[in-house]
Amino acid sequence: MTTALVAAVLLAVAVVVVVALPFLREPAPASDALEEPDERERRRVEILERRDRALAALKEIEFDHRTGALNDEDYRSLV
Amino acid sequence: MPELGSAALLLTFGLALYALIAGGIAAARGMRRLADSARNALVAAFGTTLVASAVLLAALLRNDFSFVYVARTTSEALPTAYTVSAFWGGQEGSLLLWLLVLTGLSALVVARRRPWERELVAWVTPVLGGIAAFFAFLLVAVASPFATQVAPADGAGMNPSLQNPYMLAHPPMLYLGYVGLAVPFAFAMGALLSGRTDERWLVATRRWTLFAWAALGVGQLLGAHWAYVEVGWGGYYAWDPVENAALMPWLAATAFLHSVMIQERRGMLRIWNVLLVILAFALSLFGTFLTRSGVVSSIHSFTQGSLGPWFLAFIALVLAVSLTLVFRRLPQLRSPTRIESVVSREAAFLYNNLLLLALCLTILWGVVYPLLSEALRGEAVVLGRAYYDFFLQAFGLPLLLLMGIGPLVAWRRASLRSLVTTFRWPTAIALVAGLALVWLGAGSSVPGLIAYTFSAFVAATIVLEFVRGARARKALGAATWPGALASLVARNRRRYGGYVVHASIVLLAIGITGSSAFDSVAEARLERGESMSIGAYTLTYRSLEERQTENATEQRAVLEVRRGGRDLGTLEAGKNAYTIEQQVSNEVGIRSDRLTGEDLFVIAEQIAPDGAVTFRVFVKPLVNLIWIAGGVFVLGSLVALWPDAREERRLAARGYEIGVPATR
Repeated sequence: MTTALVAAVLLAVAVVVVVALPFLREPAPASDALEEPDERERRRVEILERRDRALAALKEIEFDHRTGALNDEDYRSLV
Repeated sequence: MPELGSAALLLTFGLALYALIAGGIAAARGMRRLADSARNALVAAFGTTLVASAVLLAALLRNDFSFVYVARTTSEALPTAYTVSAFWGGQEGSLLLWLLVLTGLSALVVARRRPWERELVAWVTPVLGGIAAFFAFLLVAVASPFATQVAPADGAGMNPSLQNPYMLAHPPMLYLGYVGLAVPFAFAMGALLSGRTDERWLVATRRWTLFAWAALGVGQLLGAHWAYVEVGWGGYYAWDPVENAALMPWLAATAFLHSVMIQERRGMLRIWNVLLVILAFALSLFGTFLTRSGVVSSIHSFTQGSLGPWFLAFIALVLAVSLTLVFRRLPQLRSPTRIESVVSREAAFLYNNLLLLALCLTILWGVVYPLLSEALRGEAVVLGRAYYDFFLQAFGLPLLLLMGIGPLVAWRRASLRSLVTTFRWPTAIALVAGLALVWLGAGSSVPGLIAYTFSAFVAATIVLEFVRGARARKALGAATWPGALASLVARNRRRYGGYVVHASIVLLAIGITGSSAFDSVAEARLERGESMSIGAYTLTYRSLEERQTENATEQRAVLEVRRGGRDLGTLEAGKNAYTIEQQVSNEVGIRSDRLTGEDLFVIAEQIAPDGAVTFRVFVKPLVNLIWIAGGVFVLGSLVALWPDAREERRLAARGYEIGVPATR
C-alpha cells in the first residue's frame, strides 16, 4: 500500500514536470505566439496545391501513355 | 498495487482533460508554450496508461484474485498465454487497451515534428485529448479494472471460445484499427477548427488511415479464422452484429482511401471526404459500443455492461460537434471543379464510394433494426443471413467489377477507343474463364459464376498493369525485368501497393465464393467402424479417445480419411469440457489440401455415452484462398504504407515556399 502510494506520488510529480516543461525551459520567451498564416499565405498554399496536383497528373498521364494505357487521342485531349 | 493502477488512470484522465482544455485554449489564442504543454500532457498520458496497464498485467500474471477483474477472467489452471490475453478478454481490460492504444498513437502523432503539420497538430491535440478523456473517465468512474475484493481461492476462468491462440492477436489488431481511425478524425477536426482545409490534413493522415484500415482488415481476417477453427459451426463469418461492427468502419475507411485520391488529384469531394472520416470514426465508436454495451446478443459479446448510455452520448456528441464544424466550413470545403464525364476515373471512384457506402449503411440497418424493433414494438426482429447475402451480392459484385475498371480509366474523360484498347484483353480472359467455369459445372450458382468471372477480369487487369508498367520501366533504362518491376513499385507505392491489395480482394472473393456457393455438407451418426461419404471423400470412424489437459478434459473421435481410394491419414474432431468454467466447446477437425485450397471440415456434433458420434462434415472448395488473401493484403498494405521520401521532400519544399522552415 505504502509503496504503491509513494510510486503514485512520484508518477504525479513526474507528469507535472513533463507538462510544465515548456514553461520551465522558456520562462520569458521573446515570442509566445503560434505561427498563424494569414489569408495571403492560405491563398498561396491553394495555388501551390493546384500546381502540385497538375504536375502529378501530368506525370501520371505521361506514364500511362508510355505504358499504352492511354491512347494518343486521349493523351492529346488531356495534356 | 491496485492503488497505483487507479492513481495512474486518474492521472491519465487529468492529463487528457488538460490536453483538451489547455490545448483548445492554446490553439484558439495562438499560445505556443501552452500548446507544447498540452502536447506533452498527451505524451505523459501514454506513460501513465502504460503504468496502469503494467499493474493489470502483473496482477494477471501473479493470479492476484484480489483484483475483481483477474478473478472474473482467469483461473490458476489457465495457460499463461491466455492469462495475458485476459487483459483484453473482459470489459474493463479491453477499455484499458483502447486507452493504451489511443494514447500511444496520440503520443506518436504529437511527437512527430513535421513543420508543415505544426498548425494542424495544435488543434489535433485537444481533439485527441477529448477522446482520451472520455475513455479514461469510463475507466476511472464506470468500469475500473482495479476494483478489489477479498481474494477467492480460484478465479472463474475464461470463456473456452477465447482460449485460442488467435485471441492473442485478433482483438489487439481490431483495436489498433478502431483506435487508429481516431487519428484521421482528429486531423480532419483540426483542419476544420483551424480553417486549414487544404490538402495537408489528408497528407498528414494518409498513412494513419492506411495503417488503421489495414489493422482492421487483418483483425477481421484473424477473427474469421478464429471463428472457423474455434467456434465450430462450419463457417467463418456469420453476419454477427459484432463482426459487422468491425466491417462497417472498414468499409467507410475503404471508401475514404479511394475518394481521397480524387481530392488529391482533382481537388474534388472535400466535404464528402470529411464526412467519410467522421463516419468511419463514429462507426468505430459504435463498434466498441456494440461489443461492450451488451445491447446485442452475439457470440462475440463476452461481457454485459452498463457502458451503453455513455457510449451513445459520446457518439452523439462526436457527431453533433463534427457535423456542426463541417456546416460552418462549408464555403471553404466546396470544390472548385466538377466531374467532367461519367466515364472517367473520378466517376468510377465515385461509383465505388457510393456502393461501399450503400453496403456499409445496409449492414448498419441490419445491426440497428433489431434494436429499433425491440424499442418500438417490444420484440427484437433479427435480419438474417438472406438479407445480408442479398445486399452483398447486389453491391459487392459491381464493386468487384469496378475494382478492375476504376484504376485503368483515364482521369477527366476516356474515349470509347481507349476503353476498348484497355479492356479488350481482360474482357476476353474473363469471358473465356466464365465459359470454362460453366463447362466445369460452376453454373449451379449464378452469383458464384458472376463472382468468378469478375474476379478473372480484375486479376487480368492487375497483371496487365504490372506487365505494361514493367515494360515501360525497362524501356526507360532498367537493366533487368525484376529491376524494372522493383523500380515500378518503388516509384509509385500507393498505386502498385493498391493493385496488390486488389489482388488480395480477388483471392478473398474467389475463396468466399468457392466455400459458400459451391460447398457441400453431410451429416451422419456413426458407430465405431462405420463410414460416411461426402464428395470424393470417405470417412471411417475408428475410435474415441479421452485425455486430460491442464484445464480441460478432451474427447476426440478419430476418423480415417480416404479420397478416391487413396489414404489421406486420420482426422480428429471432438469436444473439450472445461473444468473451472463448466463449459463444453466444439473442437473441429480440418484437413486442408494445399494444392486445391479445399478443406474437409468435421464437427463432432454429439458424442453419445455408448461412443456413437453424430458428425457434420463440410467440403469447402478454395476456402484457404481467404487466408492466403490475408497475407497478400498485408503485403499490399505494407507497400502502400512504406514512407515515400520524394513525397516528404515535396511537402518540405512546399513548406519553404510558404515561409515555414522545414526543420525546427
